[in-house]
Amino acid sequence: MSNDNKMKEYWKKNLRYLTILLTIWFLVSFGFGILFVDTLDTIRIGGFKLGFWFAQQGSIYVFVALIFVYVKWMNDLDKEYDVHED
Amino acid sequence: MDIQIWTYIIVGLTFALYIGIAIWSRAGSTKDFYVAGGGVSPLANGMATAADWMSAASFISMAGIISFAGYDGAVYLMGSTGGYVLLALLLAPYLRKFGKFTVPDFIGDRYYSTMASTVSEICAMLVTFTYVAGQMRGVGVVFARFLEVDVNTGVYIGMAIVFFYAVLGGMKGITYTQVAQYCVLIFAYMVPAFFISIQLTGHFFPQLGFGATVDDGSGVYLLDKLDQLHNELGFAEYTSGSKSTIDVFAITFALMAGTAGLPHVIVRFFTVPKVRDARKSAGYALALIAILYTTAPAIGAFARTNLINTVSNKEYASVPEWFTNWETTGLISFNDKNGDGKIQYVGDTEKNELTIDRDIMVLANPEIANLPNWVIALVAAGGLAAALSTAAGLLLVISASLSHDLIKKQIKPDLTEKQELIWARIGAAVAVIVAGYFGINPPGFVAATVALAFGLAAASFFPAIIMGIFDKRMNREGAVSGMIVGITVMFIYMSVYKLGWFVEAVPPSSEWWFGISPEGFGTIAMIVNIVVSVVVSRATAPPPQEVQDIVEDIRLPKGAGAAIDH
Repeated sequence: MSNDNKMKEYWKKNLRYLTILLTIWFLVSFGFGILFVDTLDTIRIGGFKLGFWFAQQGSIYVFVALIFVYVKWMNDLDKEYDVHED
Repeated sequence: MDIQIWTYIIVGLTFALYIGIAIWSRAGSTKDFYVAGGGVSPLANGMATAADWMSAASFISMAGIISFAGYDGAVYLMGSTGGYVLLALLLAPYLRKFGKFTVPDFIGDRYYSTMASTVSEICAMLVTFTYVAGQMRGVGVVFARFLEVDVNTGVYIGMAIVFFYAVLGGMKGITYTQVAQYCVLIFAYMVPAFFISIQLTGHFFPQLGFGATVDDGSGVYLLDKLDQLHNELGFAEYTSGSKSTIDVFAITFALMAGTAGLPHVIVRFFTVPKVRDARKSAGYALALIAILYTTAPAIGAFARTNLINTVSNKEYASVPEWFTNWETTGLISFNDKNGDGKIQYVGDTEKNELTIDRDIMVLANPEIANLPNWVIALVAAGGLAAALSTAAGLLLVISASLSHDLIKKQIKPDLTEKQELIWARIGAAVAVIVAGYFGINPPGFVAATVALAFGLAAASFFPAIIMGIFDKRMNREGAVSGMIVGITVMFIYMSVYKLGWFVEAVPPSSEWWFGISPEGFGTIAMIVNIVVSVVVSRATAPPPQEVQDIVEDIRLPKGAGAAIDH
């Protein structure tokens, strides 16, 4: 496989990772926290209505996790395609 | 010991620490000054980024805003933290690979145009100055309350401290000072939160106490109790809020895009050695920010409950001491409309007798909850750390814009490194003085300009940078026209609907376009920018080969090297 094709493939995989992660990003914040908040609020976890919890707590925890997953995926991808530093 | 002595001791110690660090880490080269030599470890950079981002507004105002807005306060929580996800995934690694010093550097090179670089520079200056004035004011307010000096004297003291370490240390001094400031501010934020959470709910962690039952044997959940109190007093239900769904959506998105486009946050990712480190550093920064951002809504709910329990329907003659203390600052006021000597705190503005400035909730919270004096002093030190760290980061952006983007690139390209460093220091000094001036004479439209700053960042840099990385076909004509149209639309909407310019009076919310408030309009302006950019770029010639090569290059981490001068 030529170098150019390899780089195209690397970029395509990168974009696929981004799509997956940003879909989750959108779902927990704009989805659960805003658009479907009233529906989710009918479910309760302890003292929290679920939609309210996603808006003020849950989305933030998911965001942190998303970045660390991204770091892991990209570091592995860099090694696989030999574009990592040092 | 009384609060004032404790405040002198704790604030004095933290200031001595910041100055000590500044002397130890002073900058020797322009690279030290702009990007701390490009050799900061990801964890230290994460802490510095967190301190940089968490301003006086996050520390002092946010929990207070949530306390009064309930569910609607989520726009600020998701807006800033969600923006970090965009920053980490879509911007930070690529800008680090690009390896220059500033955002206008990137826009200028990617769009091979001085005009693009000038437009983004003006936006950067506007965003930054708006922000920094607010920080200096925050410093003044904290000093005024806790050291019982005039607000203006407080601003002068703050200016002197920032001047010292920003001018001397540049990015290197600021980075290491911010690491210390992060520790001070997070400790100061969490200690009272732990105390109050235990008092109210019996849970150590406020994030858990927030969803637990009130510790008074009734078995009622805290949030249910709060909803019930709100219903009785005629306020909007705490967990439901009162903004429309589309407006909450738009404001959250505008804040996210604005956060990701803030120049003083982006520049932090130039200070780490590798692309890999830039990614990791964004992760650490968000984790460290999340500690405060998940605690803030809990504090908001605790403070709201305590406040209502302490004042509602109580005899004015027997209010606690904190109430009288804050009354003298004018931030709480009581007007006995029905003359019964009791405080009626209700949703109906005709009958309501109590006005509370929401900014005092975090500062007054430890007093309302009767916490020991040293905790109250600690909160003062934390507020100062938050304000000073953000102010310093912003000043550096201004100084770099002046010495690097303006003088070195546009006026006197043959500047030697030593001269550029002198100019950078002069720039920082000028910026401190201007910021101090606005801190002492705050323009009446500060709140509007902060919203405008986010809107402008969302309408200009954010799409221009993203398209610069992900759309190779995007060219100069597209990006420049997109930015100009985006900024113009944003500016007009803000002028009319927020400031009431060009019209008789500020139009009511029923006239908002699509029901979106000026705060959320950045989302629309951003969409307009993207549409214009794509259409114009497809109708004009593609960017030159060497620019397309730049785009190819920043997409691959290999060979990032140090941030390079040019």
